Formats: sequence, C-alpha cells, structure tokens
Amino acid sequence: MEKKLIVKICTGTLCYVMGGAELQLLDEQLPAELLAQVEIQGSPCLDCCNREDSQGAPFVKVGDRIIASATIEKVIDAIKNELNA
Amino acid sequence: MAVNNAVLMRRELLTRLAKLYNKGELELKIDRIPLELRPKGSQASRCCLYKDRAMLRYKLMALLGFNIRDEEDELTPLSEYVRRAFERTEVEREPLTVVDEVCSACVKTNYVVTNMCRGCLARPCMANCNKGAISFENGQAHIDHTKCVNCGLCMKNCPYHAIVYIPVPCEESCPVGAISKREDGTEQIDYSKCIYCGRCISSCPFGAVMEKSHIMDIFKAFAGPKKVVAMVAPAIAGQFKAPLPQILGAIRELGFDDVIEVARGADETTENEAREFLHKMAEGQAFMTTSCCPSYIAAVQKHMPEIKPFVSDTLTPMQYTARIARERYPDAVLVFVGPCLAKRYETYCDPNADLMLNFEEIGSMFIARGIDVATSASMELEKGIDSTSRGYPVTSGVMNAVKTKIGDRYEVRPVLVNGLNKQSIRELRGYAKSCPGNMVEVMACEGGCVSGGNVIANPKIATRQIADVVRMSEQE
Repeated sequence: MEKKLIVKICTGTLCYVMGGAELQLLDEQLPAELLAQVEIQGSPCLDCCNREDSQGAPFVKVGDRIIASATIEKVIDAIKNELNA
Repeated sequence: MAVNNAVLMRRELLTRLAKLYNKGELELKIDRIPLELRPKGSQASRCCLYKDRAMLRYKLMALLGFNIRDEEDELTPLSEYVRRAFERTEVEREPLTVVDEVCSACVKTNYVVTNMCRGCLARPCMANCNKGAISFENGQAHIDHTKCVNCGLCMKNCPYHAIVYIPVPCEESCPVGAISKREDGTEQIDYSKCIYCGRCISSCPFGAVMEKSHIMDIFKAFAGPKKVVAMVAPAIAGQFKAPLPQILGAIRELGFDDVIEVARGADETTENEAREFLHKMAEGQAFMTTSCCPSYIAAVQKHMPEIKPFVSDTLTPMQYTARIARERYPDAVLVFVGPCLAKRYETYCDPNADLMLNFEEIGSMFIARGIDVATSASMELEKGIDSTSRGYPVTSGVMNAVKTKIGDRYEVRPVLVNGLNKQSIRELRGYAKSCPGNMVEVMACEGGCVSGGNVIANPKIATRQIADVVRMSEQE
C-alpha cells in the first residue's frame, strides 16, 4: 500500500484558541482524491509556539513542513504541493 | 463564532493582557501593547498605524472593563485604567460598549450609486424616488443622504444594476432593532430593547462592539483573601481538544479553589421544568416554554409580552448552581464560566453569582499561563449528575432532558425554536394564540449554546464532543 502523507493538526490550547479549532473540519473540506492520500492526525502541541511572540498560531505540519497561521485553504494548498513534489 | 481577524485580535489582546498580569508587569507595560502589535514600519489595517494603535488602546480599555464613552481625557494612559480596575468593587450592569474610534466606518445611507451608472435618459431611479433624493452630477446619479430614507426603490428600478445595497452589519444582525446610528454615524445600543444575544459583537467586521470583560476583577479576586469558585457551563465540554475532566482540571489550575459543573444545576432545572409542565398542563394551559436562555427571556420581557404567561418560572442551570455554590462557599467569589454575552448579563443579575468569564477569556488565560489543556491533570467529575444535563448546550438538549424526566406521565409535543431572529420572534408571538405543540424550547443561538458568541470550537465539533460526554455519562 502506498504510504500516506501525514498531516498533523496541532490541538494544543494556544493553537486551538487562536483559530486552530476550525481546522478540525479539514477532513470534511478536503477533496476526496486528496483525502485518500493523506492521514490527518490531531497532534499535541507541536512546540512551534514556544517563542516569545506567539503570533503564527495555529500550526499544522504537512509531511515535514510547518505551516504557520494555518487555515484550511493554506493546508489544502500545502497538501497539493507535497503530493506533487 | 466564525473565526476572523477581529476575533483573533480580541483573543490576542486578552492573552497579552493576562500574560503581563501574570508577570506582574501589567501597569508598567500595558500601554506598550498597541505599539508591539503595530510597530513602526508595519502595515496598518486602517488609515495609518496611529489609528490602529488608538483602536487597540480602546479595545484594551473595554477588556479592562470600562465603558469607552466614559473616557474623560484621551491622555489617560491604560496603566491608570488598570489602577482604577483594581480599585473598583463592582462591575457594570450593561455588558456592552461601542468603540466609537473603531466604528463609524459604515454608511448612513444603505444605497450607493456605483460607477456602473450610465446616466441613461429614462432615469428610473430619479423618477421612482418619492423623496427627491436623486440628482445627476457629471452624467451620473447621486443620492442625497439627507433626503434618502433607504426605501431601495432606486436600486429596484435601475436597469443596469448600478445601485447597490450596503448593509450596516451590526444593525442588520440585531433581531430586535436595538442598535442604531447617532447623528455622527457612530452606533448606540438601546438597552430598553437589547436582548444580549451578542450578534452585534460577532457581526461587526471592525470589532467595534466590545464586551466589558471581568478579567481584571477575577485577577483581583485571585489576589484577595476570599475563595474563588468557578461554575462551569456544560458547553465547555466541546471547547477544547481534551476530555471534560481535564478541561475542568485546567480551569482549576488557573487558581480556582473549586470548580463546580453547572450541569449539577441543570439537574434541578430539569426536575422543576418537568414538575411545572405537568402542573401547567393539569391547569389547562396550552403550552409552556423553557427558560434557560437569558437572551430569550430578555426577548420575552422586552418584545413578546404575550408569551410571558407561558414561560416557565424555573431557574436556569447557572442560577441553581450559583445557589448550591453559595451554600457550599458562603464567602467565596463565584465566577460563572460560559459561552455568551447573555449569560454575562444573567450573572450580573443573579443574587449569588459575582463575575463571569467567557470561553475566549478562559482560553486566553490558559495561553497566558502556558496551560495546555490536553496535558492538565484531570479533575474527578461530580458523581450522580444526570447525563441529559450534560446535553443542555445543544439545541433540543433541554427538551430531551425534560421530556425524559416526564416519561409517560404526559404526552409531550415538542416545538424547537432553534435560534432567535426576526422571523422566529414573530412566530413565537403567534404561539400565544396557537401553538403547534405543548412544550417549546427556545435557544437564541442556532445550534444552542455551542454556537454562543464567545465559543472557541467550531459548533459542529463541539456538538460531537458534547454527544460523547453525554454517552460517557450514560455509561457511568
């Protein structure tokens, strides 16, 4: 079986409050052909926010790439990029 | 609430405020927050950085719990308001404040002629305007804002669709016409009409309508000698990506001496609603409505007098919980943790509850303290709370609880009013003459409290998590 692209959505409290909660709906908005190629995981704090300036949350990890200020659209674009790479 | 930049900015400000407080630097550094968020050389969202900073300053003033209109001297620094917040002994009754500096961006006249106007010979816009508000300048129609009455006939009659309707979002979202323009274009709230639904807050694209937060008063309570007890609405179970016992544990970690689930009070609400329903049916009353949603209650009092006799006298879960908490902790400061503006107002009016924290505020306090709910120690849930009580925050939840309690003692014919708007208010008024059922559940927000104005989680996700908690409680 083909290896799936791992998409980790940070569900740490900071990311969750700063808009990450909306990303929980990613699986519903991801086109079916992309959904089949990824594995979406909720992740404990990805440790991206431990900087003095917390701006940049919410974070999502698509493969090895960190997406800051993530929105569903941004994540879908990143998934497409990774899959085409 | 749908997440947007205005919402996120409010949470950012709350978080920064709480962080500075935790470090003991609030008075010293609060006036720097607007500069940090809009530093030299950064891009302004409005006309210039200085305007942006002034807006942020006023928003912080609201978060400190002050009415923006009460400002006497524009040179008063935020640090002075911090001092005043610590000195005050009471929070304000009316929970809203409009930040004029942020507002007044909206049009006075809803109809605008665009460049698509061809200046035609027929000029049906002008011919159909009963107020003589339309004239032609440089071959294009022009609306005189002093004469226009927003009837919309010009737009309807323009064959080129050159006239557009521009809404005033707060006014359009208000189901009871409680927010309107002053002469100078800024908005004012008429509290004789306001039902505290909070739509004006969520709908303003500039975030100009703010809640006066109690966060400073809660910090003060933590620093004081009295115990501080949190009473947490059942909707909290859907707000963070963690099981309920951990969420409650995280709240405790903020410094509360005890955390009580409002679902405990919901048990009493269910019991009393059921009793009252049976009593009213025996008396021959046509129907009864629930009374848990304070926005609905305000709507009845201010806009639906004919429904008053049908509303149950049963208290809300928060009110029963506050009573229980007061018995357990006679001298404590009781803080209700809830999803919306209406509950802030209810907290103010309740004889037992003292202060209110909404979900956004508690989320920001978690961030400021570096608390990750998912790694917090669990708090043991109080035993014996009915599973249906934990289902209250979702539309039909209250109905389900009361109906289950009544069982086969009486045939309940349920009617759900899922969200208050102009139309549902009209329909509800009609129920006074003819109601399609005998028990009516009303929730001001569509979907229930999971869609409250200050929620963090998407209501869909929150609804799923609430269902999980209910299932878990059933198996207990």
